[in-house]
Amino acid sequence: MSSVIISILVISSIGAFLALLLVVSEKFIANYGECTIDINGKKQIQVQGGQSLLSYLTQEEIFIPSACGGRGTCGYCKLKVKEGGGLLLPTETPFLTDTEQKDNIRLSCQVKVRNDIFIEIPEELFSVRQFTCLCSEIVDLTYDIKLFRFKINDSDQIDYVPGQYIQLFTPIYFKGGEEVYRAYSIASDPVDKNIIELIIRLVPGGICTTYCFEHLKVGDEVKLNGPYGDFKLSDTDAPIIFIAGGSGMAPIRCILNQMRNTNNKRKATYYFGANRVKELFMLDEMAQYEKDLEDFRFVGVVASPDEDEQWQGHTGLVTEAVEKELKNADQCEAYLCGSPGMIEASRKVLTKLGMSEDKIYYDSFG
Amino acid sequence: MEIDISAQMWAAMVTCFSAVFTSNILLTYFLGMCPFTSVSREVKTSIGLGFAVIFVMTSTMAINWFAYHYVLVHFGLEFFRFILFIIIIAAFVQFVEMVIDRYSPRLYQNLGIFLPLITVNCAILGASLFMVIRDYTFIVTVGYGFGSAVGWTLAILAMAGIRQRLTLSRVPPGLQGPGITLIIAGLMALAFIGFTGVLQ
Repeated sequence: MSSVIISILVISSIGAFLALLLVVSEKFIANYGECTIDINGKKQIQVQGGQSLLSYLTQEEIFIPSACGGRGTCGYCKLKVKEGGGLLLPTETPFLTDTEQKDNIRLSCQVKVRNDIFIEIPEELFSVRQFTCLCSEIVDLTYDIKLFRFKINDSDQIDYVPGQYIQLFTPIYFKGGEEVYRAYSIASDPVDKNIIELIIRLVPGGICTTYCFEHLKVGDEVKLNGPYGDFKLSDTDAPIIFIAGGSGMAPIRCILNQMRNTNNKRKATYYFGANRVKELFMLDEMAQYEKDLEDFRFVGVVASPDEDEQWQGHTGLVTEAVEKELKNADQCEAYLCGSPGMIEASRKVLTKLGMSEDKIYYDSFG
Repeated sequence: MEIDISAQMWAAMVTCFSAVFTSNILLTYFLGMCPFTSVSREVKTSIGLGFAVIFVMTSTMAINWFAYHYVLVHFGLEFFRFILFIIIIAAFVQFVEMVIDRYSPRLYQNLGIFLPLITVNCAILGASLFMVIRDYTFIVTVGYGFGSAVGWTLAILAMAGIRQRLTLSRVPPGLQGPGITLIIAGLMALAFIGFTGVLQ
């Protein structure tokens, strides 16, 4: 009996001693005093030094994109550290190109704040916030695409430019899983500032899409942050060519809503590519846009329609349809959204038709 | 108790040599495989990790020797050595990392960043446990700790050199990454068997 007590006493006192040693040394050694984080020369944050730059910025509700939660494995949390970031660490180099290293780009999760530090982040990240929402509706669009409607809690509002995206938080839903953020374009009507709609296609084996399709139920709480991105409608009067298939419709739908709200009279044509007729969706809504907007046309293009599907419209690739129909490419602007392959193919066709590169805006799923 | 220092030193050197070559902790006992497979992509990072292992292993073994002989043996609690060694190693590494981080950014960049990686490494713990099983004296323990760590560093450096060359060769898709690394480790272990018999 006494040996049990002695062993407990000895081991716990050694443990307590070591813990005490660490706590005391942390107080005296790892005490970096008050440091200032200067952002873009405009905003100063006072912090007690010692933690990573990313954690301070998150505390200040400045959301730097980060998928791994500061463990230095995703490489998303890049920002420019002009001064005071210390030496580049070996944990950062695999994620930074030579130009980025020369440009003082760092991974903010690896930079520790030890002294006053001067950083630069894109202005639009200031408006990025975290939102807690309720999933209010899930609509089947095709066999592998759904529309998710989220209502932002507590009469909070999100201000975004149509075309931007948010990052959806995925909790751990299977053993051994991890929390991730995945980016999805906003598909809703910008008038409803407390509604976020996303159009998501199921990616087999995808962490977030599997969660959305198999675990997320109406009434569940979800977290998302945003808005991010610079994909948006330009201010010109040039005729618009939209090209997007599948879930790439999301930002286009948002832009179409915006055009309807602002009574935008620009000519617009939306080429939607699909493999089969059953992959087309929201056709009623597109017909409604054709009625509501001054000069809008929706062109469905089906690559290989089944015989019993009785498809009357364009067949073949979406790029072939564009090539066939588009006559005044040099006067138009193009907005593309989809896989990198589809965007590359579309850019090739558009430039061949005479559109200059700077008139082609795109949002790649990458 | 009379201690013959010169004989002890000689024993320590022999143990050190054998720990590097004939009973390499990585290639004979296969301890510390995790950082060996994951951080052996570049020679430069392997050197950093190697030095961190040398430092941590030598110093924690010295501390553990005292903790074992003057605390655990004294109270008759030898069976607690696993737990004690682990918390000592973890606390020591934390402490050293804090100090380096504070006072030497250059050293932190080259060494400190690797310290957390090896805190709970089985090679570090394994060496301390061998020290107990083999009943080493303090001087021999330090020699053994240093030798084991140098042997580990040697092995990871060799592996990093091989893997740097490997990036240029065609590895079957199923074997890329850890697969081919483990096969190479096996071949290296076979090569190290050649050292057995050097020491009698």
